Amino acid sequence: MIELVSAAQCVTCDKCIAVCPTNVFDRGADGVPVISRQQDCQTCFQCEANCPTDALFVAPHTHPLPAESFAHDEEHLRRTGLLGSYRRDIGWGHGRTPGAARAVGPALSPSGPPLIS
Amino acid sequence: MTLELDADVLVVGGGPAATWAALKAAEDGAAVVLADKGYCGTSGATASGGTGVWYVPPEPEAREKAMASREALGGYLADRRWMARVLDETYDRINELADVARYPFPVGPDGKPLRTGLQGPEYMRRQRVRVRRAGVRVLDHSPVTELLTTDDGVVAGAAGYQRQADRAFTVRAGAVVLATGGCAFLSKALGCNVNTGDGALFAAEVGAELSGMEFSNAYGIAPEHTSVTKTAFYNYATFYRADGSVLDGAGSQRGRSVIARTLLASEKVFCKLDRADEAARKAMRLAQPNFFLTFDRLGIDPFTQPFAVTLLAEGTVRGTGGIRIVDDGCATTVPGLYAAGDAATRELICGGFTGGGSHNAAWAISSGSWSGRAAARFARALGPSAARRQVRAAGGAGLRPTGTTSSVSAAEVVGAVQAEVLPYDKNYLRHGDVLRAALGQLDGTWAAVRSGLRADGPDVVRARQAAAMVAHARWMYTSALARSESRGMAKRLDFPELDPAQHFRITSGGLDEVWARPQEVAA
Repeated sequence: MIELVSAAQCVTCDKCIAVCPTNVFDRGADGVPVISRQQDCQTCFQCEANCPTDALFVAPHTHPLPAESFAHDEEHLRRTGLLGSYRRDIGWGHGRTPGAARAVGPALSPSGPPLIS
Repeated sequence: MTLELDADVLVVGGGPAATWAALKAAEDGAAVVLADKGYCGTSGATASGGTGVWYVPPEPEAREKAMASREALGGYLADRRWMARVLDETYDRINELADVARYPFPVGPDGKPLRTGLQGPEYMRRQRVRVRRAGVRVLDHSPVTELLTTDDGVVAGAAGYQRQADRAFTVRAGAVVLATGGCAFLSKALGCNVNTGDGALFAAEVGAELSGMEFSNAYGIAPEHTSVTKTAFYNYATFYRADGSVLDGAGSQRGRSVIARTLLASEKVFCKLDRADEAARKAMRLAQPNFFLTFDRLGIDPFTQPFAVTLLAEGTVRGTGGIRIVDDGCATTVPGLYAAGDAATRELICGGFTGGGSHNAAWAISSGSWSGRAAARFARALGPSAARRQVRAAGGAGLRPTGTTSSVSAAEVVGAVQAEVLPYDKNYLRHGDVLRAALGQLDGTWAAVRSGLRADGPDVVRARQAAAMVAHARWMYTSALARSESRGMAKRLDFPELDPAQHFRITSGGLDEVWARPQEVAA
């Protein structure tokens, strides 16, 4: 679930508010998105993929994590490279190659084509 | 206060089928509105999950092999003519994606482009751009809650609620395409929580029929307590018991039921992708970056460290049941109403089994394109007087309760449905006695919804989702009980064999009175 909105990183572009398929965010008084309906988060990582400044972190868990969880430790997430890792892996962002162009996976059967998705 | 729009074609949904429908209707000259519950570009199973595509070059031998390979799996309920036209349409549309939308397909070791799959976020962000450039008016965060019909029962638009704008909306349209996805019962399977079967409810309320609803018990493997139900790489898995011994018979393609049985016995099931060699491990990350999100964030190396797995219900998202299609333009049995993608039955191309996104993706592309064109033609034939037709709202359950008091909440209804459709010993490992008991519970829930589920404003959306899920579950189990055999994914513990005498599809429908009956498979 969405666990972190970094006020330090956020440029208040409203993109996550727009793209969240389940309408989890509201715009806060200072413009920084607020996680208003975390229970509706479907853990799809779309907000993260679309955040231009890597200000969001979605934990893989489909239940909320406690306050002391790693998912709320912005410094840890940055140090370990987890913050913004999905956007990096799919090659979104200036100067990156779209992951789709590099998506040549293994062939699941000896005569089959490489898996590309 | 209410937003009121007119269109030739209204497309309900925002995933692949919806965007192809909107594009092709707009290219045909129609004024198109697309209304999505979430955000067109991120909504639905494909945008988050990505998908293989049933893309087969038009070489007779390859096409024949592609068609033949799935017939037995699907219980011989597919239709060769439909398979052939889906293969044709998908081939053309995927090439259009490459040539017109400039989707960056990868290049294989032989230097040739590979076009048998699509990365979800990339595919759908491009589809959004294309739809908007085609002049389609896109309404995001605008869940439709009911259809509008004329007095003689022709579908003439829809009404809904814009969640972020906090206002109701109506779209008067010459034709409506339902591309709302299947139903995964809010199981949190990847990208599927917008897929609550809403379109099937809307369709049934105006008298449309469903088909193949017994093919609705798909379950995807995911690491425990997580959402990523991408299963291809479990082909490299070995499954283990808690004590480290190998779980005999467990597997992804064959042996998923062994996992279910073990989980039902309150035992954990562990997994390692220990059959992937170094080259495969590297390549897997490139093909499915989202598959590894979970592991990287949990700090698990899935190739060397065991992790607990679960099975998440994917219902009719990876099943094949949905709204019944009656012609080549994907018309339903109701004039003015079309269905596409997972909202429609996929039996025509894969019978009673999919298991993979590949056929569903091809179906979404094809049925979307056909329904968009057909809806545009239907609207054009109505002429300008269409917008002056008298219409009435068709919604019932959750919108207009028959009782006077509010006696049940949407959350209670969702809980009641989930209790009957998520458990493996009810929906996955099906037995007639269990199905009948579950159906009895669901009938009771429906009666409670019909009389006492009341909502206003934005809460209408949750009420309608809950109602749609109850309706969906009842068509599923009624259809499952009507098939006293095992065919495709609709396996029955009490009838484990395929019965040649039941080589038919099962059509279903109805709301207060649910029905199911055999339907001959066209030769």
